[in-house]
Amino acid sequence: MPITTTKSAFWAGVRDGAPFIFVAGPFAMLFGVLATEAGLNVFEVMTFSLAVIAGAAQFTALQVMENDAPTVVAILSALAVNLRVAMYSAALTPYLGRAPLWQRVFAAYLLVDQSYALSHAKFEATPELTVPQRMAYYFGTCLLVMIFWFGMSYLGAALGTQLPADLPLDFALPIAFLSMVAPMVRTLPHLIAATVSVIVGLLAVAVPYSLGLIIAGAAGMMAGAQAELWLKGRAP
Amino acid sequence: MTDTATLWTVIISLGIGSFLLRFTFLGFVGDRPLPEWLLRHLRYTAVAILPALVAPLVVYSGEGGSTDITRVGAAIVTLVVGMWTRNVFAAIGAGAAALFLLIYVL
Repeated sequence: MPITTTKSAFWAGVRDGAPFIFVAGPFAMLFGVLATEAGLNVFEVMTFSLAVIAGAAQFTALQVMENDAPTVVAILSALAVNLRVAMYSAALTPYLGRAPLWQRVFAAYLLVDQSYALSHAKFEATPELTVPQRMAYYFGTCLLVMIFWFGMSYLGAALGTQLPADLPLDFALPIAFLSMVAPMVRTLPHLIAATVSVIVGLLAVAVPYSLGLIIAGAAGMMAGAQAELWLKGRAP
Repeated sequence: MTDTATLWTVIISLGIGSFLLRFTFLGFVGDRPLPEWLLRHLRYTAVAILPALVAPLVVYSGEGGSTDITRVGAAIVTLVVGMWTRNVFAAIGAGAAALFLLIYVL
């Protein structure tokens, strides 16, 4: 169905965003459970999820804090994991950059993997959309995902303390991270970046203040970017 | 365990920091293009940080920093299924199933 009004653009966004509740919901719930296990109360869990809205970054902060690393390292590591949203912001700017400032403030707050991926694909495919229609579509994609994100964070936090004690929850986080990262390894440069990251991460594990993570992350990024350049240079 | 002051410092800083990451381009930069070298590095942030975070958790997963074979097995299954199916939930399901199975068998 073609989008003709701002309203129809919003509902098109809601429809396209609906399947992603099955991605956001379980991760939000897992965060609620693990954060509760780590000693956070329901209010702290909900504020965390409301303020940050980024599963991988929240899990990272949780894990680095558990390692008794300095606060600044926990913050920097989580922000580093979240650097990709800056890339999303850059990619959406040509389409949304002329919208009113207050709308861009809300759009920035709600910028997550799903809203970026859906909106960028839509804006590219239908260049005739007006800026208000684009914004409406964008906010539409966020609606259900955000309701589930906050709702399931709460459910996870409420359930967290009632789970049986012998569940191997210590390894839920590594499994969650691995399952998030595995589908991202789409090209050879991605694989090289991930491999360098693992090797440097293991070698630098004894570096004080958990700084090994930052070093390994920088090494992985540079390896990926260099590999991409070499591959391009060799292409005909 | 993390104390309350540290936790709130992290929550507030991450909230502000994440917002600024998201707002930088949409808000401040407008529609000026970004340098290609910057975009090229940003493309690899997630695949460069997350593996470095997970690798020690997998390799030193046992008591006192030893290697727990059930965790290593579950990690390998998660990774292989995730790369093969490109499906986050298939990977989580397979990883969790492998972990329970290995704990039960070994």
